[in-house]
Amino acid sequence: MRNASTWWTGISVMAVATALLAAPAFAQDAGELKVSRGVVHIERSGQRLPAPAGMRVRQSDVVVTGADGSAGITFADASRLSVGPNSRLAIDKFAFDSTTHQGAFETSLEKGTLAAVSGNIVKQSPGAMKVRTPAAVLGVRGTEFVVRTGDGTN
Amino acid sequence: MARTDCSAGRLVLVALTALALGGCPRAPVVQPVATPAPPPPVAAPKPPPVRTDLFVVLPGADGKTGQVTVTQGGVEKVLSTPYAAARIDPSGRLESSTASPQEVRQTFGATVDALPPRPVSFVIYFLQDSAEVTPESRERAQALLAEVARRLSPEVVVTGHTDRVGTVEYNDRLSLQRAERVRAELVRLGVNPARITVEGRGEREPLVATPDEMPEPQNRRVEVSVR
Repeated sequence: MRNASTWWTGISVMAVATALLAAPAFAQDAGELKVSRGVVHIERSGQRLPAPAGMRVRQSDVVVTGADGSAGITFADASRLSVGPNSRLAIDKFAFDSTTHQGAFETSLEKGTLAAVSGNIVKQSPGAMKVRTPAAVLGVRGTEFVVRTGDGTN
Repeated sequence: MARTDCSAGRLVLVALTALALGGCPRAPVVQPVATPAPPPPVAAPKPPPVRTDLFVVLPGADGKTGQVTVTQGGVEKVLSTPYAAARIDPSGRLESSTASPQEVRQTFGATVDALPPRPVSFVIYFLQDSAEVTPESRERAQALLAEVARRLSPEVVVTGHTDRVGTVEYNDRLSLQRAERVRAELVRLGVNPARITVEGRGEREPLVATPDEMPEPQNRRVEVSVR
């Protein structure tokens, strides 16, 4: 019994520690929409929100643009990303420690076009930024690049 | 009449099924016998989607070109020269390529135009082991305020730095104090406090590389980035 209770205590302590460690990353906004032209939405928790400039962007958001839309985001690590018309960009993971500059930054370009200038996460840890498309994975060591993904229908 | 025929038909089916089950009639299961269902109407096979993925590394604003890797399955392409590209070809394979500046402009023009403006940084210097700003640094504040005013949705990121005198922990605290000091000054000058973020980088990012415990005025600074 003593062993079991020690074990449970251990698990609880670990769970609390994990929650504490994880909390800042989730509480933290990933970045801010600086440019919003034409039709731009953010899909968040199953909702489709209009996305004007100044809107804060979080991990798990999906940025969606219409046929005349484009949008630009500056992230907490000073990296900058933009999407062109008819695009979908999912912010899969964003974590950044502003003291050490350690972090991870993963996005998926589901369709359309992306332009990017990497920031402090990549400067600290080359390769810690990734962009996925349905067909391939791009790893970023620096600095400026563009990506188009499509299946011929867009 | 129709019903009777139907029942007869079912009886025959049951009998057949019973035979098929090896003469165990307790739970006769009526199953389709012999004639297989006709195949569903064949839809014209969709051609596999032709992917048009394109990855291009661009020369940076500082004239240097970075490096990206593109991986598909086990194939990796490294792009590290201006306009080096990788494409998914019609057969679905990843191939090395190049893109012309014209193609990039045509394909990514609206996208690149939507990149947020580059952050602009201002450096403010401090007296040794202190949160006091040097007199020259006070004057820099005006240019900073002008930059804040110029932007649509400005964020002001205040990052404190120290030289390498003292421990890492001490310098983490000192760098944050310096940043807080500048933050208070910016608020006094009219910058919206909700738009200011404060960070302390301690001694991790010296402007001038020095041995540990070496005093260096240029490293005792706060960088204010307007983005």
